Amino acid sequence: MDGARINRALARLASEIVEENHGSDDLILVGIRRRGVPLAQRIADKVADLEGKRPPVGILDITLYRDDLSTVGAKPVVSGTELPGDIEGRNIVLIDDVLYTGRTVRAAIDQLIDFGRPRRVQLAVLIDRGNEHRELPIQADYIGKLVPTKKSEIIKVMLTEFDEDEGVVIVERPTAEAAS
Amino acid sequence: MSANFNLKHLLGIRELSVAQITYLLDTAETFRDVSKREIKKVPALRGRTVINLFFEPSTRTRTSFEIAAKRLSADAVNISVSTSSVSKGETLLDTARNLEAMAPDCIVIRHSSAGAPQHLARASNAAIVNAGDGSHEHPTQALLDALTIREHKGRIAGLKVAIIGDVLHSRVARSNIYLLSKLGASVSVAGPGTLVPPEFAELIESGVRVERRIEDALVDADVVMILRVQRERQTDAFVPSMREYAVHYGLQLRHLNLAAPDAIAMHPGPMNRGIEISSEIADGGRSLILEQVTNGVAVRMAVLYLLAGAGKSENGTKRNGKNATRGSSPTNRGPHAGSPRGVVDREGSAAKRTRNSKPETRN
Repeated sequence: MDGARINRALARLASEIVEENHGSDDLILVGIRRRGVPLAQRIADKVADLEGKRPPVGILDITLYRDDLSTVGAKPVVSGTELPGDIEGRNIVLIDDVLYTGRTVRAAIDQLIDFGRPRRVQLAVLIDRGNEHRELPIQADYIGKLVPTKKSEIIKVMLTEFDEDEGVVIVERPTAEAAS
Repeated sequence: MSANFNLKHLLGIRELSVAQITYLLDTAETFRDVSKREIKKVPALRGRTVINLFFEPSTRTRTSFEIAAKRLSADAVNISVSTSSVSKGETLLDTARNLEAMAPDCIVIRHSSAGAPQHLARASNAAIVNAGDGSHEHPTQALLDALTIREHKGRIAGLKVAIIGDVLHSRVARSNIYLLSKLGASVSVAGPGTLVPPEFAELIESGVRVERRIEDALVDADVVMILRVQRERQTDAFVPSMREYAVHYGLQLRHLNLAAPDAIAMHPGPMNRGIEISSEIADGGRSLILEQVTNGVAVRMAVLYLLAGAGKSENGTKRNGKNATRGSSPTNRGPHAGSPRGVVDREGSAAKRTRNSKPETRN
């Protein structure tokens, strides 16, 4: 998947989000750190093109809500959550790059609920790795591309905001020996 | 950056690297936001136990640690000396072993003897946090002071810091001198000659300047730290009277006017108003004393999170070499309670950690 195809997928996500939510009023796009954040910004730009009004964009850092703090090797950097105003009664669309086990989304929903009671929470992802990997009953409402993968593979999403290149590739997961 | 914060205990600032200090401060900055939310709690340390073991009276620090633990969803237990079996004659080590048998994840200790936390750390599987040991160190105080300075000055490197008062007995001064000079500030200390001995600079092996007159230390200072007169450590014997101390070394507004125009005034508390600090300064516009207290919670959250939270992987599941499954039950958290293998395992844990650590990826 190259930059142009990412762009087309995001444009489609934006129009689906607008259609499903009957416009962009009451809409807040919330990106999950890290790569969900630029994706949320880009989708917001596209919604602005469609509706003439850019929905506010928030940022969630789910580090403190993870269920695997004690098992991750490197200590994750906590970088903070920023939500634009009150989320009470709003339509929230969570945005992330890859949907895999669903645990990140679970953590994001938990954190979101700590900030208020949104009317509705939806999920948009650029890549869905497929239902068979899910460890929690979580599905995406908007999917950029469904990419069935094996557990031994990693989906690498590269965005110019963080990476040199733009694109999505499947790589083989490095074994424990190779990682060290 | 994230991976090399490899710290099991927080015993003092002296042992920390600049990178570790900066990482702690950066993490604390994020935690400051948690206390501003409507729901001031995150689940990061759910199911972890933090014991506050205080052998000296303390309101601020103990409460601060307790609130920090609770905002991270850890269970906090407070033990103070007057109600504990220490008053029945139990030794520190026996107290520690008994607490250890209840499998806490972190023990926060304050003790009147320097080195008590180090002593505990050798015998304990739990992460030990020094909350003040004798006249030695008070690392979280120095960290919260640094966080406060950074917030107001935007940096620490290149600042001129004056520390005024009972430097000899002050663990706050020691930790601050280590931290601030590591981060590139220039530190001067001043006070009564008996409490700020000229040989102090050599003693502490740090680039600190000892001034005879407090005015000399204060000129052009960006930060003025006022220390508490520690009467419980027999400061009285070092000065003729509290009144004389107040007259000659109590900080007045005219002193603060010698400092830089935008200088900030700090005090670790509890204040002796009218002795080491005048009310004009304490309640004045340049005083950051209450902000220091607010930042204290954020710093202690960062410390507990990094030591009792993610740090668990060092001696927890991974130590067994088991492939840690997500959401594993607390019962296979690895050997506990004074196992003699503990020390050896801890030393070997660095290598183990790298071998097991995966690159940070969420998918």
